[in-house]
Amino acid sequence: MASREQAIARRLGPIARAGQCVVFLFRMLGSIRPSSELLSSTLQQTYLIGARSLVIIMICGFFVGMVLSLQAINALEQFGASDQVSLLVGKSLFRELGPVLTALLFAGRAGTSVTAEIGLMKATSQIDAMELMAIDPLKTVALPRFLAGLISVPLLTGMFNALAILGSVVFSIGVMGLDPGIFWSKLETGIYFGKDFMGGVWKSLVFGGLVSLISVFYGYTSQPTGSGVGTATTNTVVLSSVLILVFDFIMTSFFV
Amino acid sequence: MITIRNLVYRRGSKTILDGVSMDIPRGNMVAIMGPSGVGKTTILKLISGQLVPDEGTVEVNGKDIHKLSRAELHKMRRNIGVLLQNGALFTDLTVFENIATPLREHTDLPEPLLRRLVRTKLRSVGLAGTEELMPHELSGGMARRIALARAVVLDPAVMLYDEPMTGLDPIAVSTVRTLMRETNEALGLTSVIVTHNVGEMAKLVDYCYIIAEGRVAGEGPPGELQASADPAVDQFMNGKVDGPIPFHYKTGEASAGLLD
Repeated sequence: MASREQAIARRLGPIARAGQCVVFLFRMLGSIRPSSELLSSTLQQTYLIGARSLVIIMICGFFVGMVLSLQAINALEQFGASDQVSLLVGKSLFRELGPVLTALLFAGRAGTSVTAEIGLMKATSQIDAMELMAIDPLKTVALPRFLAGLISVPLLTGMFNALAILGSVVFSIGVMGLDPGIFWSKLETGIYFGKDFMGGVWKSLVFGGLVSLISVFYGYTSQPTGSGVGTATTNTVVLSSVLILVFDFIMTSFFV
Repeated sequence: MITIRNLVYRRGSKTILDGVSMDIPRGNMVAIMGPSGVGKTTILKLISGQLVPDEGTVEVNGKDIHKLSRAELHKMRRNIGVLLQNGALFTDLTVFENIATPLREHTDLPEPLLRRLVRTKLRSVGLAGTEELMPHELSGGMARRIALARAVVLDPAVMLYDEPMTGLDPIAVSTVRTLMRETNEALGLTSVIVTHNVGEMAKLVDYCYIIAEGRVAGEGPPGELQASADPAVDQFMNGKVDGPIPFHYKTGEASAGLLD
């Protein structure tokens, strides 16, 4: 089955590959049957790829918050507007940097491991073995990882944003001596729940789905060899990163 | 039980199988032998429905495997056990969970019964007590036996073996061979074994097919084949370098590149 799909893909190139990916998505979603096994394997994967990504997300979030504040204060000071720093940091974080950077980090941290894991399962015939036991690997291997990514990315984005605000607090108030009252009131009045916050949440959901789909799909269709798995892993990061930024622009121009 | 008619399979421009026919009766153990790369595993994949032939049919239990819908094929596969080349155990699961996976997926057995069934299967391959081990803690021979236990846990009617002896030490080879015979008799299976291990198969199977150049070059009980006058069968069964089965990979005219 897979080898015939691969043969078609080679002939028709990227367009066929994209179509194949959409078919893959629908077949995967079509295999959803609410069950306790699906729930427990999704939770397990959420822990493995989501919770285990927390540390890198939090560290990066904290430093992004600090560097954003540093740049913002430097620029705003020239106009005597450095008390607007929390507004600038908040808007850029919630709308753009939070979802985009989290998704990029997630692709590098978790997407690659999912691709490599599934690719290796394929190379060691474990996927074949499932097919032969009449167990649908889409349902047992691909689906829980896809759902876990879909759940994890928005949650991780929330964590990233929280730590970035903390970084901004530490730098602006702690280091630069800004007034905490002004900092928090600007943030509270200037950031809108629907437009700024939810806009970011939608984005992170789409990015989560995108990265998870790509990493599962590339693992599933990788050549069952060492170099095949390597190539698939690289492709996951490259394609995820590019598509995150492309989709970011499309979503921003249409919806925000 | 398994009827194969005029199977043709091409990969790109290369014809792997070119009109293979076989009859595998119920309860028999049949070996498909031939040099490496001749398409033995391809035949196995065609029987299990992993590959679709360009021409010809494969019937298992009177049903054409390649005309079944996806759901019907899945139903059929519960009746076919497969032991893959390296065992293909799930590396993230314990031995117990490996064997329990097909049961959990296809039956609603209560947990105590399931445990007992898995233990029984483990005992039948002589590996009771290994339940909590991970696959990387097993030796090659043990892994192969666990994989065998997993393959027969749903009590299939047909067993397909892909090179079951390859890479095992002589003791493990004998153990696996004995187990295969015992399993076949105890469960009333029909077994198809793909292999290039002539010596072991002579002791095990009822009937052999020898594949060379995409066709059945010879067939018969192993004893008869060893004395065969057919040059290709004789070359393979007795491991001769000279004979009709070529040493070189086929790339058109062998002398083509030499005179440029």
